[in-house]
Amino acid sequence: MDSRVITDLKKLLGAEAVLHRPEELLLYEYDGSVEIARPNCVAFPKNTSDVVGIVQIANRYQVPLVGRGAGTGLSGGALARQGGILVPFSRMNRILAIDAENQRATVQPGVVNADVSVAVAHLGLHFAPDPSSQRASTIGGNVSENSGGPHTLAYGVTTNHVLSLEVVLPTGEVVRLGSPALDPPGYDLDGLFVGSEGTLALVTEITVKLTRNPEAVKTLLAIFDTVDDATETVVDITARGITPAACEMLDGWTIRAVEAYVHAGFPIDCAAVLLLEVDGLREAVEQQAEDIAEVCRLHRAREVRVARDEAERALLWKGRKNAFGAVGRLSPTYYVQDGVIPRTKLPDTLRRINEIGTKYGFEIGNIFHAGDGNLHPIILFDAREEEQFRRAVATADEIICFCIEMGGSITGEHGVGMEKDRLMPLLFSEDDLNLMRRVRDAFNPAGLLNPGKIFPTAKGCGEIRVRPLPVGASRA
Amino acid sequence: MSTAGATVGSRLADIVGPQHVITDSAPLAAFAVDDKTPAVAVRPQSTAEISEVVKFAAKEHLAVIATGARTKLGIGLPPRQYDIALDMTRLDHVVAYDPGDLTLSVEAGIPLHKLGGILAEHRQFLPLGVPYQSQTTIGGTIASGVDSPLRQHYGTARDYMLGMEFVTGEGIASKSGGRVVKNVTGYDIHKLMIGALGTLGVITRINFKTFPMPAASRAFVATFQTVERACGMRNRLSQSPLAPMTLELFSPGAADLFSSEAASRIEPNPMPQNVISGTRWSFTTGFAGNENALKRYETDLRKMAEECGAVDLAVLVAPQVAPAFARKREFVPIALSSSPAATILKICVVPMKMSEALKAAGQAAEANHLPWVAMARGVGVIYFAMLPKGRNDETKRQSALASNQIFAACAALGGHATIPWCPAEWKDVLKVWGLDRPDFAQMQKLKTVFDPLAVLSPGRFVGGI
Repeated sequence: MDSRVITDLKKLLGAEAVLHRPEELLLYEYDGSVEIARPNCVAFPKNTSDVVGIVQIANRYQVPLVGRGAGTGLSGGALARQGGILVPFSRMNRILAIDAENQRATVQPGVVNADVSVAVAHLGLHFAPDPSSQRASTIGGNVSENSGGPHTLAYGVTTNHVLSLEVVLPTGEVVRLGSPALDPPGYDLDGLFVGSEGTLALVTEITVKLTRNPEAVKTLLAIFDTVDDATETVVDITARGITPAACEMLDGWTIRAVEAYVHAGFPIDCAAVLLLEVDGLREAVEQQAEDIAEVCRLHRAREVRVARDEAERALLWKGRKNAFGAVGRLSPTYYVQDGVIPRTKLPDTLRRINEIGTKYGFEIGNIFHAGDGNLHPIILFDAREEEQFRRAVATADEIICFCIEMGGSITGEHGVGMEKDRLMPLLFSEDDLNLMRRVRDAFNPAGLLNPGKIFPTAKGCGEIRVRPLPVGASRA
Repeated sequence: MSTAGATVGSRLADIVGPQHVITDSAPLAAFAVDDKTPAVAVRPQSTAEISEVVKFAAKEHLAVIATGARTKLGIGLPPRQYDIALDMTRLDHVVAYDPGDLTLSVEAGIPLHKLGGILAEHRQFLPLGVPYQSQTTIGGTIASGVDSPLRQHYGTARDYMLGMEFVTGEGIASKSGGRVVKNVTGYDIHKLMIGALGTLGVITRINFKTFPMPAASRAFVATFQTVERACGMRNRLSQSPLAPMTLELFSPGAADLFSSEAASRIEPNPMPQNVISGTRWSFTTGFAGNENALKRYETDLRKMAEECGAVDLAVLVAPQVAPAFARKREFVPIALSSSPAATILKICVVPMKMSEALKAAGQAAEANHLPWVAMARGVGVIYFAMLPKGRNDETKRQSALASNQIFAACAALGGHATIPWCPAEWKDVLKVWGLDRPDFAQMQKLKTVFDPLAVLSPGRFVGGI
């Protein structure tokens, strides 16, 4: 890379806002995925005009440019795959406006997801999308990846909660998309840009909807002696038209890992638990909780516990949200999948995942958003052994192919990034992908913004580089 | 039959079969868009045929407009060119319906009421309580972007549409999204197609999430002396734990409109008597749930209404709920049929600005001697119908002045407004798409990607896209 990039960036942002020494860059060569890619430099903007300046420098020297939130993403979306300038938004972390009466908030992209809800808690409001990484991940990152979370079952994903974006296009142009008022005339540009994995623009400001806190919440833990009983319960709850606010499943293997780490109170001798939550009006919640408990018992739940208070509820959720951290203690590396299947296919799919694991000699843990059919099978392996790594990738591919056969998708909430680009042709024809490429090129004509993401390149599986994971990282 | 129509028609007959090509002028009149009649209409049966038709049109520099039940073709600017009507009504099949998974895949030409019947067998539904319910197709509903009172609770189609198949302006069959309820694979191109009037692609299949029908529902109506008080009730409710299904305010003129002959033609079941007032603003809300929840809604709503200064209030039970809902749903067609030159604005502001927007709009209409009726959804979307008694130069001038004043007032309130419905010959003066938008250049980029030769619905969309 031209050394003038760094000179110009320092002139624009100040020397302290630009990192370029190899030891400084180490922190920025990974995210929450199993990928590695090192940028040539890291530049920290403080405001939109800084971002415009960075974009202009990238254009001047024709170097790649990649936005980054907290780096918790699980598909390599925030990695500088082809080097260049990495742009973390950590200094653009202010909540700009809260409009409680209209239930809107305007934030900079570096604001941490959970901080939005904290800031509006006294108003009886919250920001509904709740990825398990929410204590670290940022709204900008959530917007790029269209993040989900346990409560998206009832409340929708990020795109359902974004009203307006200020973006800097790769040409340096600042554009406001959407509107705090609903139904802006014209094409739904918000709908296109949210979830575009940072390939269309750098997002510099976001107006989101805030959701009123429910009056009543009930959290249930249903304990099962077989995985089939648990999955059949989910199928039955869905088919009966009961929509819980959340419906999460942890299998026995994962429960034992979690209990060793978090002590959430999950029974370690069971085959699976469902963590179910209902919320809303008191009158409705009571009945919904009873209905759900009845379905669980019908499918031979050994026990259905109801959290007695907020502390018990928080502990159950802590167990769920820290599960990936718990798994991280067991193995040098793990590989999390994000396939989605129709809910009716849950029992078959879980059985198949188990068979695939046996075939390749891996124990596969399952902890996932059962109510959405969004699976997160976890394959534990040692990335330092190439043979194991190849086997892990083959295992994952076979699981994903099964999801597709079931009528499903390769990613429910983690994004395609640089991890699943090679799988895109399994879902989309060359015509489909070409049309999407042309959409990207219309906004990102020189291809400088987040190159090498979403769309398949010539890369083969063996080329994926991996690293041992730090213990206790929280994900999914 | 025109010569051009005959030549094009014979070429198209090779694609769809001669019995599915219409070139006679009498039946073609039914496909007119803003007084422009196509040279030919074709009724394709498959995506492959649509692809061929569009490819042919692109090669011959012809313009294509896809049509369903043809109930909302008046939305948008007049087409710049219009040669081929693509009648989608033979694509009317359910491709896949998995009630256990609550997911659905349908062809674009399926009538909404037919689909509703299929879903109802499983006690499920799509929350698309859109106007022209008994006629409209799913494709037309999505392409026109019309909304439903149920958006208060369920959001709009963008919130429960899972994926789509479509044919681009180059005749390429493409798709985005999928059939599962959670999916971030690739760009959400299907969202761009909502309300795009077919300017980016011909929608061929759509996948949805379906919803279980609520156990039981009721409605609550309260009337208020002023628009501020009615809006105050809306604001009070929005700060409560109640989560109603629908929430609409009606201006005093709505009572006459809803009891008119035009209204009873569209919805034969009579409107419950004395429910909405002819002299006051009416606040209406529908809610659903089990018996205990319904009781809670009633108790809380009564208390709120009294605190907010309601003049009177009423609870509607089962036999009354459906006809009342139908009138909310069909507000636009009822308003259109009540005046020879109905001009209906869609005004969007943040909810707390609704009262100001309604007042400004009312003043603009009155200053220009135009009778008006308004329906305001609780989410901040107002349908403001100006209903002149005559269709002439004078009422055209008055409607243009009033709508320009409303555009300015909305912009000052941080909102925006458009004119989805007005007489075709007024569109040279009325700003159908409202004020210029800062993101227009980005929209043009998309049009160039999807339809570089401007084959699809040319000229009808924002800025003449």
